[in-house]
Amino acid sequence: MHETTLLLIEVGALLLGLSLLGRVAVRFGISPIPFYLLAGLVFGHGGFVPLSASEDFFEIGSEIGVILLLAMLGLEYSADELMGNLKRSRLAGLLDAVFNALPGAIFAIILGWGPVAAVALAGITWVSSSGVIAKVLRDLGRLSNRETPVILSILVIEDLAMAFYLPVLSALVIGAGIAEGAIALSIAVAAVLVILFLALRHGRLISSLFSAKDSESLLLGVLGLTMLIAGLAAQVQVSSAVGAFLVGIALSGQVAHNAVQLLTPLRDLFAAIFFVFFGLSTDPVDIPPVLLPAAILAIVGIATKTLTGYLAARTAGIGIPGRWRTGFGITPRGEFSIVIASLAVTAGVEPQLAPLATTYVLITVIAGPLLAKVPDAQWFKAAVRRRLDTQSA
Amino acid sequence: MAVRVEKVDLPGIGFRHDVVTSNGRRISVVSHRDGAREIALFDEIDPDASTDSIPLSDQEAAALADLLGNSVSLSQVNALSEETVGLYTEHLLLSADSTYANRPLGDTKARTRTSVSIVAVVRDGSVIPSPKPDFVLEAGDSIVAVGTRQGLDKLAKIIADGTS
Repeated sequence: MHETTLLLIEVGALLLGLSLLGRVAVRFGISPIPFYLLAGLVFGHGGFVPLSASEDFFEIGSEIGVILLLAMLGLEYSADELMGNLKRSRLAGLLDAVFNALPGAIFAIILGWGPVAAVALAGITWVSSSGVIAKVLRDLGRLSNRETPVILSILVIEDLAMAFYLPVLSALVIGAGIAEGAIALSIAVAAVLVILFLALRHGRLISSLFSAKDSESLLLGVLGLTMLIAGLAAQVQVSSAVGAFLVGIALSGQVAHNAVQLLTPLRDLFAAIFFVFFGLSTDPVDIPPVLLPAAILAIVGIATKTLTGYLAARTAGIGIPGRWRTGFGITPRGEFSIVIASLAVTAGVEPQLAPLATTYVLITVIAGPLLAKVPDAQWFKAAVRRRLDTQSA
Repeated sequence: MAVRVEKVDLPGIGFRHDVVTSNGRRISVVSHRDGAREIALFDEIDPDASTDSIPLSDQEAAALADLLGNSVSLSQVNALSEETVGLYTEHLLLSADSTYANRPLGDTKARTRTSVSIVAVVRDGSVIPSPKPDFVLEAGDSIVAVGTRQGLDKLAKIIADGTS
């Protein structure tokens, strides 16, 4: 069979399968991300049905997937929101970083993985999944709750922190020394600050490059600019994902609004490909040996995240039930952990990182949304009330 | 008393406005960036949590705003005399010797002659709102009129002696 024909058959069958899996996920009210990862595991290296012809396609598709994930994240926040959040929730963000990045780093050192893998695992355990959490908030009807801004600020700060973390990690994984790492970090900081400044002062100017009305040219233009900046950023070792994120932030107003609507279907397609590809490149045989460490790490990660949310909500003057909702609500990890893991694994850092990250994300992304529902349960409410009564008595 | 309205940013989603009532209950309106909105009510025991939120379409939101706005303006009619500068509400008593006793309201030509609106007539303790021109006045009726000071004075004179 011709190579292209085989590619069409493989990609078509896989996308069809993903769509069915997505329906199952929605039926059970969970995120489709774990299903995509599992589908990748089944078909990939050492899986049951290896895909041969479409591997290159999935590799390029997953690269675009990361770029689109980050660009959309940037589009969803305005520069004003980022700055405002940075001022208001610095402390919560710092707490979040310390409580959730440290366990990963310590864990990697215990496993004897070396400093670069420790930095990568710290990132994997740290960052929550904005996509999954925003969806859980909507599904549980909590958008108007008073603790919701606390949750969203933590997510915003994490996403902004990634703009500094990813360049450092990209420099470290290619074996750069401390000096080169510092240079990458300063380029990243400068780039982020310049973009934020431009977006705050001249946001209209960048957006006026595009016409909000002509959807075809807008789609091509925004996608083109995003990929171009992402490529240039990768060229100077600032990670393509960060470049895409900054383009998203720089666009504002009607252009950003229309671009979100145009890019969402593309993002959904390529993000699915990204998760499948990560699963594809992980050998399922590697998973059983890391199952126990991953489970321990997931339990620790869920506990520290819950503590972070609880304390952040308490600082914001939220009542006890709301603190638990915040804590459990932010436990799911997802796209960012996989982005970090794939960055590290492609550069050849610690082969066990990929199966560990996959398992970690699988556990937290399934358990997190289930945990988030716990504070709504009658027994939980009753337990909180009993504790309050004993305290006041 | 001024009403407490709080605005909170919801990064990536939009913003939320809260109205806290005098007895401590909270009503929120979440405005999504794509133009959707929902109204939410809150639990009394756990005031951070919404018990229910109802998405509203443009028309539904406008209808709700109209309803609330109308009931507010009705309740403010009573307080009109104190709040609106230059506009007064007055109760004018129709005496038995008035030329308009037992004649239709339209004969007074109150609106054309004095620019005063007759919003109601109070008879034997019951209110007849918005009386039509063919409504027949009786001695002892109390006419509720809204207008300027001058207009009301003029109407009082017309009702009293039939002149202008």
